[in-house]
Amino acid sequence: MAAAEPHAGPAPDPIRPMPPVTEIGAASMICIAAGVIFTAAHLPARAPLAVPVALLAVAAALQLLNAVILSRIDAFAWSRFLQVGKWALLAYAVIAGMIEYAFVYDHTRGSQLAVLTAMLALFMLNVPVLIAFTVARYQSAAR
Amino acid sequence: MAVAAQAAPGLDQAARPDFRIVPVKGLPIVALILAGVIVAIARDARWGLVFCHVVGGGLWTGIDLFVGFVVGPILGRLSIPARVEFSKKFMPMMLLIMPTIVTMTLAAGFQIARQDGFLDTSNPKHAWVVASFIVVGIMAVIALAYLEPANVAVLFELRKPNPNGEVIAGLMKRFMYTAGITGVMQVATLVIMTKLVS
Repeated sequence: MAAAEPHAGPAPDPIRPMPPVTEIGAASMICIAAGVIFTAAHLPARAPLAVPVALLAVAAALQLLNAVILSRIDAFAWSRFLQVGKWALLAYAVIAGMIEYAFVYDHTRGSQLAVLTAMLALFMLNVPVLIAFTVARYQSAAR
Repeated sequence: MAVAAQAAPGLDQAARPDFRIVPVKGLPIVALILAGVIVAIARDARWGLVFCHVVGGGLWTGIDLFVGFVVGPILGRLSIPARVEFSKKFMPMMLLIMPTIVTMTLAAGFQIARQDGFLDTSNPKHAWVVASFIVVGIMAVIALAYLEPANVAVLFELRKPNPNGEVIAGLMKRFMYTAGITGVMQVATLVIMTKLVS
């Protein structure tokens, strides 16, 4: 790559070991999916909130951990990460918006809607991070 | 590590950046489909919801099974340049088609389940709906955390002047394995959906 891209500088090994961002993101997504399934399984009645709130907290903590881990990666292609991430965020904002619309349309209200909205927000943020990370990890950091 | 040294023979010829990662021409069709789903939900239009759910679900299941069990194994046996050529045409389309039909199927399906009373915990078929939520949840985690990121990363790798054969092979393997797993999960979906309407 260095020969083909003279402005890129010394390129990092494109398949160098990376921290488990994908695995942590997948674990966060499992918590979100479990929380949404638990709540949706009780709709249109009210679901007990303790389980979804606990899952929401774990999912949020895992995404926070991912953000910290990402920020500590040396020689990472941040420009590519942001480029891919912002478009993926737009796409998943549309998808999350549609799911939110379905919940509101089905008269989900109050604390239950708040928990589901928070889960959708985490989902909307998580997927773009995973896509952008997978793309950026194979890109030259200087680009 | 010099990437050019890792590139598989013929890869540099096959992998010219002559394609778009997101086929922009398809975006109006996606917008139209999603608008149709929103209208069907807003109007509680039974036919519209069933149409969106059956068409979307049929395509989703069919594509997952076909990719997982037919295209995937064939792709695994092709030469690297042939895989690259195929991927350049196939992956951008999948990037638009799959999220659209998944959203269409799930949004419409949830409304149908509500209309039919399957969401009611006292409904004898409620457990099947919850089972479908679980299957969809597993597929969502696999597809969104592993399959789709691999799909996008392959496309970015293919646009490089000297794509890395090792990176492409690794990502394609990940794509094919995850497509196979979602294919298996789709068999469970078929069982659940046929149980629900029987």
